[in-house]
Amino acid sequence: MFSLLWLVPAMPFAGFVILALMGSRLSRNAIAAVGAGTVGISAVISLGLGMRFLLLPPPGHAYTVNLWTWIDVAGFTPHVALYLDALSMVMTLVVTVVGFLIHVYSIEYMRDDPGYSRFFAYMNLFVGSMLVLVLADNLLLLYLGWEGVGLCSYLLIGFWYSDPANGRAAVKAFVVTRVGDTAMALGLFLLFTKLGTLDIQDMMERASQQWAVGSGLAILAAALLLGGAVGKSGQLPLQVWLPDAMAGPTPVSALIHAATMVTAGVYLIARTHTIFELAPPVLMLVAVVGGATLLLAGFAALTQRDIKRVLAYSTISQIGYMFLALGVGAYSAAIFHLFTHAFFKALLFMAAGAVILALHHEQDMFKMGGLRKQMPVVFWTFLIGAMSLAALPLVTAGFYSKDMILYEAWSSKIGGPVFWAAGCFRAVITGLYTFRMIILTFFGEQKTAPGHGPGPFIQVPLIVLALFSTIAGFLELPRTLGDMPLFSHFLRTALPHAPLHEGSVNVEALLQIIAEVGVLGGVIAAIILFARKRRHILNLMAKPWAAALHDFWFAGWRFDALYNALFVQPYIHLAQVNKDDFIDGIYNGLARAAAAFNRALSVTQTGRLRWYMMGIAVGAVIALTLVVFL
Amino acid sequence: MIGAVPMTHGLMVAGMLFVLGLVGLLVRRNIIYMLMSIEIMLNAAGLAFIVAASRWGQPDGQIMFIVILSTAAAEVAVGLALVLRFYSRFKTLDADVANDMRG
Repeated sequence: MFSLLWLVPAMPFAGFVILALMGSRLSRNAIAAVGAGTVGISAVISLGLGMRFLLLPPPGHAYTVNLWTWIDVAGFTPHVALYLDALSMVMTLVVTVVGFLIHVYSIEYMRDDPGYSRFFAYMNLFVGSMLVLVLADNLLLLYLGWEGVGLCSYLLIGFWYSDPANGRAAVKAFVVTRVGDTAMALGLFLLFTKLGTLDIQDMMERASQQWAVGSGLAILAAALLLGGAVGKSGQLPLQVWLPDAMAGPTPVSALIHAATMVTAGVYLIARTHTIFELAPPVLMLVAVVGGATLLLAGFAALTQRDIKRVLAYSTISQIGYMFLALGVGAYSAAIFHLFTHAFFKALLFMAAGAVILALHHEQDMFKMGGLRKQMPVVFWTFLIGAMSLAALPLVTAGFYSKDMILYEAWSSKIGGPVFWAAGCFRAVITGLYTFRMIILTFFGEQKTAPGHGPGPFIQVPLIVLALFSTIAGFLELPRTLGDMPLFSHFLRTALPHAPLHEGSVNVEALLQIIAEVGVLGGVIAAIILFARKRRHILNLMAKPWAAALHDFWFAGWRFDALYNALFVQPYIHLAQVNKDDFIDGIYNGLARAAAAFNRALSVTQTGRLRWYMMGIAVGAVIALTLVVFL
Repeated sequence: MIGAVPMTHGLMVAGMLFVLGLVGLLVRRNIIYMLMSIEIMLNAAGLAFIVAASRWGQPDGQIMFIVILSTAAAEVAVGLALVLRFYSRFKTLDADVANDMRG
């Protein structure tokens, strides 16, 4: 069974090759069958692998298959090898299953698009690259997948390339993530030169043998890897690209910018956790970055008008949660939240996409409203996703994963109440902006009449994901509610347990109650402020300081303006100065001097015979004079 | 030879002839006159050879004169043919009209 592992990334690549070479000659149905079918086969295989992994795990709880040797130069022999352990198994399942559902959804969503085959080709390439990323046995292959998903992200954000704004958003995403990727490449160079291997398992072992905890090299390596993770996952200070990435089609936002690619940073840190544990200051930095990002993005989400931008900031914020968990050593909690977040955020994006499609590509929530009756399936699935995002108690997946993070942040030896408080405060804001979004979109009076409702290809994935968004949480029941940590038990073979202080069940229950009171408070506040008593909001917005704060948050804390002034404008200025290449000036000057000299000489060429005679005569006189007198 | 013309006088005459020819070449615009001026300059050179030959008693100068004479004859033949072509093309003998090669 495990020997089929190579097929998991190979199938989407095959789909990509077929669509790229023959896409223009295939019918739309054939394109959809190839595009979604290849990912579907991958999903079936990985589900099979998952069953096998649960029932009859491979020796050592990890399976490695060496496909071929990539390069063999002077002791540097990275293999194209796949490594399947509990962590990559979870990631593979998320990528293939959610990816397959989003492909099915895209069949209908993109139906009228002229770039149908191009879309599915890119999407398949993305899924293949993402699978290479999560299954890679060594960091070089991981980096290949890492760059592959970055490329697909660029291609798909700029998918509707005829609008220059989309192209700009794509370039912005590519350039900003490139900053992080450069740091990561430097990290790989450092790790290879110091440890002599890029094979992840070997490297972890050698690192823990050769480097002391807190040694300078470990800190540098971990910080560089963190740079890559921060860029890819849209965390502070490289979060600016993700809201603009919503320029792409909605399935792209669901797949790449919510469920899979942006969580690659979380996966990277969990995968190389040994190095981060050798660098406690960096691990602390991970938690601080996560905590700061989740608050910052939460406030920004509160003020957005565009439904997809709300979800984008919410994604940044949720990944901030995962970073917070990683930073306090709660790797399993981070991966669990990644797992549930992939379901409910993909669901939210896809339901929002169904709304956008029905309203003829209207994304402004203030022009929506009253859609509850017309689109019941979309409404209910969106509500389930939103409840999961807001982490309403007991019945939602988000509750269990968020609760796990909060509890471990509280009781972790490297965490503390500060991180717990940040997470708790964030829960209030999440409740607030999530239900603001629901009220604006589905309640109130109808402002734009919807077109035809979504068909089965959109509805079925929504329902399936709504189901997952509910039941996925039951994989990890906390001590207060049954004590069944199936998920972290499964991950235990790949990730260490969080270093927790002993805490009583009562404390955990108390923390849960406080957090849930916060969540419900946020939800109720949203209902009061946005549905019942709108005048409070209007009164508040009339005050100048509130309006200024609103604008500040609406612009994402003005990071764009800051980076524009700090990096973009100086660079453009420099480019302007150097536009007429400074070095070229010398050679152009030479050419101009020669041309001027030529013009001066050509004036003497009058074409008159007598003029030339005169020249000869004068020349002869001068020559004679020289001969005689010198 | 008694009473022979001193060489300086002969060379002065040759120089004067040459300058006359040169000035004629420069100031005349009629192409026929220009050819004639060239003939004068050639003859000035020939005279200089003769004078020098008689001063040193060598025959080489006379040989050179004959060479110059025949060269001049050939030159006139070619030159006059060119003048004919020139006239048929420009309907004038003004050398300044033919300035197509102006830079």
